[in-house]
Amino acid sequence: MNIQEYINSGILELYVYGALSPQESEEVSKVLKQYPEVETEVSEIEEALKSLASAAAPYNPEQMLAAIKAKLISHGGIVQMHPTPINKRARIISFISVAASLIFLVGIFVLLNRTNNLRQELRVVEAKNAIMQTKVDDSENSLNQAKTILAVIRDPKVTKVPLAGQQVAPDAYVNVFWDKENNKAYIDALGLPEPPQGMVYQVWSLKLDPLTPTSMGLLEDFSNNENKVFSFDNPNESQAFGITLEPAGGSETPTMDQLYTLGVVTNNA
Amino acid sequence: MQPDDLILRLQQKDEKAFERLYTLYSQSIFGVINSVLHDTEASEEVLQDVFIKVWDNCDSYSSKKGRFFTWLLNIARNAAIDKTRSKSFKNQKKNLTQEYFVDIIESKNSFSNKMDAIGISKYIKTLGEECKKVINLLFFKGYTQKEASEELSIPLGTIKTRNRLCLNKLREILVE
Repeated sequence: MNIQEYINSGILELYVYGALSPQESEEVSKVLKQYPEVETEVSEIEEALKSLASAAAPYNPEQMLAAIKAKLISHGGIVQMHPTPINKRARIISFISVAASLIFLVGIFVLLNRTNNLRQELRVVEAKNAIMQTKVDDSENSLNQAKTILAVIRDPKVTKVPLAGQQVAPDAYVNVFWDKENNKAYIDALGLPEPPQGMVYQVWSLKLDPLTPTSMGLLEDFSNNENKVFSFDNPNESQAFGITLEPAGGSETPTMDQLYTLGVVTNNA
Repeated sequence: MQPDDLILRLQQKDEKAFERLYTLYSQSIFGVINSVLHDTEASEEVLQDVFIKVWDNCDSYSSKKGRFFTWLLNIARNAAIDKTRSKSFKNQKKNLTQEYFVDIIESKNSFSNKMDAIGISKYIKTLGEECKKVINLLFFKGYTQKEASEELSIPLGTIKTRNRLCLNKLREILVE
């Protein structure tokens, strides 16, 4: 659109007069909002017409304002005035409520955060507790074991049978504590080397004449047994104890060339 | 620029905005009414009614439809024309002459705004008869282009441009 042509057409003067159809006026209103030079032109036309019309007024009717306001009040037009203080108060109240909600939200967020942190800390503490409990249980276990061992060693009715190292392992040694009354034998195998992979120590009760070995059991899970003390039932009339290295699972008869330790029960007990 | 902020506040029933708008527009509206009625007392009555209507019906104004001044003009011209049809006014003004705004301005001896008054007196003197008639019908009486073209025997297509030339002189003089 050529704006200068549009202005020169005289449509804007008719627009200010109110001489255009409603549709035409709405179109001019749109153009006016789009083009500042059109808005300026309309304002200038309006000012000129206001001056012209003012010249036709009998006088400046300023003092009539009071009479008009009096009429407005009498017909109830101005009753609900003072919108400003109400607005201000409403604004303050809405500001306060917005602020309060914000603080509330922040508070909830902080609390949630703190709860989460506490929950996590609790989980960590619980895990630590569980670990501690296991350790305590372990210690208790080993203490009980130690107590049992000590009780066995101190018991005068228990026979101590030292087994000496043999040809394959001259430095090895084992003590057997044999509680004849309760048919129990405790093997203190601290002096045995770790068995090779796939091999296991087997404990034998021996009768000497003729030499008759009876398997008492295996030193299972040797490396994980901290005290290296193993307990067995031993209802045999043992005259000697021997320990051999056997393939995992043990053997029917001892492999004599893998005899690690051997000791004879002395009869003074 | 028109005072959109004041108009918005008026529509929120702000009394102060009403007062400010009254100050801005009342004298020109008073002049339009008086140019129809040629009677100070009747014009005062109509002016009051017009501004009471402005207060009561300000919600119906929208800048999409047109200027606030135009909205006021329509209310004022309609109220003034209604007044000419009322019995009391007819009885009083039996010999209604074909006077118009030019007569009022020419016969006036005091202006509230001196600078404008000098310019407008000068304008009226230099204004051709046709211009006076075109402005009178379209602006003061609220005629449509078609009504004005029939009344003045001017081709419809030339009303717009002729009117613009007439008003351009006024604007030149007022700017001087």
